[in-house]
Amino acid sequence: MKELVVLSGKGGTGKTSIVASFAASAQKKVLADCDVDAADLHLVLKPEIRQDNEFRSGQVAVIDEERCTECGLCQELCRFEAIADFRVNPIFCEGCAFCSHICPVEAIKMEERLSGHWFISDTKYGPLVHARLGIAQENSGKLVATVRQQARAIAKKQDSEYIIIDGPPGTGCPVISSLSGAHLALLVTEPTLSGIHDLERVLGVCRYFSIPALVCINKYDINDRNSQQIENFCLDQGIELAAKIPFDNAVTEAMVLGLPVVEYARNGVCQQIESLWVRVSKSLTK
Amino acid sequence: MIISVASGKGGTGKTLVATSLALSLKDRELVQLLDCDVEEPDAHIFLKPAIAQREPVCIPVPEVDVQKCTYCGKCAEVCAYHAIAVLKGHVLVFSQLCHGCGACSYLCPEKAISEMGREMGIVEWGNSDKVDFVHGKLTIGEAMPTPVIRKVKEKARHDAVVIIDVSPGTSCPVVESIKDSDFCLLVTEPTPFGLNDLVLAVETVRKLNIPCGVVINRAGVGDRKVEQYCIKENIPVMLTIPMNSGIARFYSKGITLVEGLPNWKKDFIRLFENIGEIVHEGTCSFKR
Repeated sequence: MKELVVLSGKGGTGKTSIVASFAASAQKKVLADCDVDAADLHLVLKPEIRQDNEFRSGQVAVIDEERCTECGLCQELCRFEAIADFRVNPIFCEGCAFCSHICPVEAIKMEERLSGHWFISDTKYGPLVHARLGIAQENSGKLVATVRQQARAIAKKQDSEYIIIDGPPGTGCPVISSLSGAHLALLVTEPTLSGIHDLERVLGVCRYFSIPALVCINKYDINDRNSQQIENFCLDQGIELAAKIPFDNAVTEAMVLGLPVVEYARNGVCQQIESLWVRVSKSLTK
Repeated sequence: MIISVASGKGGTGKTLVATSLALSLKDRELVQLLDCDVEEPDAHIFLKPAIAQREPVCIPVPEVDVQKCTYCGKCAEVCAYHAIAVLKGHVLVFSQLCHGCGACSYLCPEKAISEMGREMGIVEWGNSDKVDFVHGKLTIGEAMPTPVIRKVKEKARHDAVVIIDVSPGTSCPVVESIKDSDFCLLVTEPTPFGLNDLVLAVETVRKLNIPCGVVINRAGVGDRKVEQYCIKENIPVMLTIPMNSGIARFYSKGITLVEGLPNWKKDFIRLFENIGEIVHEGTCSFKR
């Protein structure tokens, strides 16, 4: 069983549209949406939720007003500016529990925090594990780890060949959590200076964790010169450029209809994405 | 006044809006742009600032003085992040897990723990043609962006219009970036993904009690559900930027919208004035 993670650094380059099409093209796979704070894959795959689980992670401080003598020590020592007027703002509390240890009258308790939900669902393309981080919550990395763990368990049970992971943008904790231990990262970029800059950073993260990577240029024809620059960059870095996908409104039209683009249109975009999957799956089984 | 530019979904045009807003105002106001998307900072590509100074961002992590340590285990017991383990005759510090809360050093009965800075990013600042510029970069391989964001925000000027470019999403880095803002612009695109993530972003700013307005970018693609949602939720659509291959081409080359198409400048000035009115009304009704 092989795990593929689709990343981009920059948001909005087309990760989810590509993963949704892979869902339609690949055989024997489990899908995992690890963009837990702005998940979109379900809008295309239309899951039927079989299991809805609470995600409890970390803690939050609560001050007992009756006991509190308003000495102000907690406020003074909290480094996250989470306590003001002898009240904890749960949005800013990082759950370190420092305040609960130092309160001279033991007025501060730590409570478990409900930080979100994770789901196991059926889709017509196979099982999907996805999640919803609570609004303004932390610990997205741990929720990502939970999603991946569940996807692995299902893949093992069903003897699946692949786990296909839709990753989050950026380079921080949820990205690292989506990436660590995967067999291959597909980096989706676009021929803009921001796209190139962010590709270089996310490739750095892959290298840091020793995960092999492939690159795909989406909307390559919006700036041929920049696309050429990405090609040269890949050549320089010894990374395979696995596909150049043209710009096509069909991608957005398919999204509006809630369909993977390979099921909506039969044109250049679809052929490119289908052959991208062939190359990616070859790299995975290598 | 602090205006943050956010969005749930990535790639909707936050940086395009933030940089064009800054450039449109620079001849009338003192303007500062803070790029708080420290995982993937891109505003400098468009503003091309001359960086005058840089400063490493460190978080305080524990350093144990083995001469004083009695291996009592108190530090490991109080650490909520499992960043310290005490074994017989050994203390192990996993500094990448440390949030720098300071509990261990404060509570060590032997005062054997001091703190030292662990570098996890960098803040750089300078100037770009009358726009004050600050951005932060999280070191590759580091997981926690919030300390870098805090450091960028420490550089905010009180006498300027401060524009904050925020990372995508709705979790801790977004909250850290937009808190204390007077107004939050939410940039979206008229697609199902854009709408789904806009709803999440609206919930986030409402939780923080920050007034917000929407910018619809790439108008004309997709459907009309974002507009319908804004009407239903009584959220003003402050600016609409059409899908236009010319705009996309300028963007791809790192040219801001108002430099590529200067006609847009007046739209951004009007956007700023409208934000000013909303913020002013809010402050008045608050005082009442």
